[in-house]
Amino acid sequence: MNRIHPFDHLILILGTLFMCVPVLVAIITSTHSAVDIHMNGLSLIPGSHGAETYEAVLTRKGGFTGQVTGITMLMNSLILGLGFAVGKIVLSMAAAYALVYFRFRFATFLFWIIFTTLLLPLEVRIMPSYQVMSSLGLLNSYTGLIVPLLASATGTFYFRQFFKSVPDELLEAARIDGAGPWKFLWDVLIPLSKTMMAAIFIIMFVYGWNQYLWPMLMTTEERFFTLMRGIKQILQVWIGSQIPDYNEAFALAVLALLPPVIVVVVFQRWFIRGLTESDK
Amino acid sequence: MSDLTHPVTSPAARPGRIRRWFTRPATAPSPAPSPAPAKRVQFDAPLLPWIFLAPQLVVIFVFFYWPSVQAVTSSFYIEDPFGFGATFVGIDNYRDALGSREYQRIAGFTALFTVLVTAFSLGLGLLFAVKADKVIRGRSAYRTALIAVYAIAPPVAGLMGMMLFDQHIGPFVTLAGWFGYEMKVGINYWDTASAMILISVWKQVPYNFIFFLSGLQGIPASVREAAVIDCRGGFTRFRTAILPLLAPTAFFLLIINITYALFDTFAVIDVMVKDKPANNPLTLVYKVYNDGFRGNDIGGSAAQSVILMVIVLVLTLIQFRWLERRVHYG
Repeated sequence: MNRIHPFDHLILILGTLFMCVPVLVAIITSTHSAVDIHMNGLSLIPGSHGAETYEAVLTRKGGFTGQVTGITMLMNSLILGLGFAVGKIVLSMAAAYALVYFRFRFATFLFWIIFTTLLLPLEVRIMPSYQVMSSLGLLNSYTGLIVPLLASATGTFYFRQFFKSVPDELLEAARIDGAGPWKFLWDVLIPLSKTMMAAIFIIMFVYGWNQYLWPMLMTTEERFFTLMRGIKQILQVWIGSQIPDYNEAFALAVLALLPPVIVVVVFQRWFIRGLTESDK
Repeated sequence: MSDLTHPVTSPAARPGRIRRWFTRPATAPSPAPSPAPAKRVQFDAPLLPWIFLAPQLVVIFVFFYWPSVQAVTSSFYIEDPFGFGATFVGIDNYRDALGSREYQRIAGFTALFTVLVTAFSLGLGLLFAVKADKVIRGRSAYRTALIAVYAIAPPVAGLMGMMLFDQHIGPFVTLAGWFGYEMKVGINYWDTASAMILISVWKQVPYNFIFFLSGLQGIPASVREAAVIDCRGGFTRFRTAILPLLAPTAFFLLIINITYALFDTFAVIDVMVKDKPANNPLTLVYKVYNDGFRGNDIGGSAAQSVILMVIVLVLTLIQFRWLERRVHYG
């Protein structure tokens, strides 16, 4: 229908360069030594110091307490990403199930209670949230890191939309066969939701892994630092140093960006479907 | 059919109902949630739904409603910095915030920042989506390349931006030098602002690209063919036939992008100003954080939070009510 114009390709190639070159530069430059980067700037030709830089970033004990390594931060980011994704799926699937498949008092009221949370992002109530956490004694704990982020209805909204699209006949048939609510959930609804669960898992994992402000406030103890917190750290150390550790900063950035990028690229199909169907 | 197409609301799947589809956006972005019972048949169990809802409700009450109420309450008090109680001051915190020159300056920059980030990231997202929708060769490669950056966290984007605009090693600084301009990101206000805007746009383009492409692929082939017959010129055809069909997606993205520019860019800004807010461009959400956690001005910070809450609330209500009604499809 449309004639292919080289101009279209030109724009797309420029767009691809615009989006991808910074990432490539970060990856490639991280394989040079700090002095080399300081002298010659960023690079698009791989250097020979990659192994030692990454080894240093991953295993050297750093920070004020001398306790935190890159591996610790990687593990914490992973715990945050996975914990958040799993928690979100469990909580919101259960809530959506109750809202869609049960007739009970106050259902409408509870619906509004839950969906009001869509209105206000965490950033605007960050200060009081911090105070609540500290009065609950949850600072510096994985619970404090993960659970408050779950206080939003994004997942519930998403699963509710999906459950509504499941044909009513399935429930009717299940009830004729004598299936109760638990059996229907386990044997019918969960198997049906597998693709949707995968999609939301990817979105939520990326969201959790990429959290910055909340982990920064919640964790003052270095053993709970995530990679995002480490990035702030490495930049603070820079101020006043002669030759900044460019290579290590790049290596840290690469460690922080590769897992979610790989997840999104590999599971593109599910990820896009989840995103465009659930939209926030 | 491409995997980007919405399987349920895809109009192509229901060719006989195009007319009806025109009243709904292609990717069905956020229809206002309606509490009407979803199913004809439902379980009648008085206790069980509460068990299913309990975890979500507990989390929401403890970590959403309690802090939100606290924010509103403490915005009417001045808290003693040494923890000896609080004094009720009415709307003084609001008056102080809105009346201060600094707040107005930051609000002004936030507005400019939001407009530019939203405009550029929507524009580029749309441009790439239109082109990616057209080409056949290399389509999935382009798509992957344009989507990948979605997964990069704002602080990582900020860090990479810092490198690209670094005084010693930054290629953008060198580039500006060729034109005889000495770029000083972190020192010169507008240099820093430009870098922040560029990084924030870069980070947001993939999101818009995904939604625009998905929206484009939801436009039925019959409509496209009709448009080709009616309009010879490619641009006119796009403006008069395709763009109106993308309007719902665009309006949905508009709100999302404004919210992104207001809040999600916090990390980009925090990484770039490196704890030295003094002479740097800041946004309102950064000031909330800075006044609350650094300045220990809990009442003032809470008042600013509430102002932001009102802005978000208004935006969301516009999204739910107004835009859905005002978008016409001729």
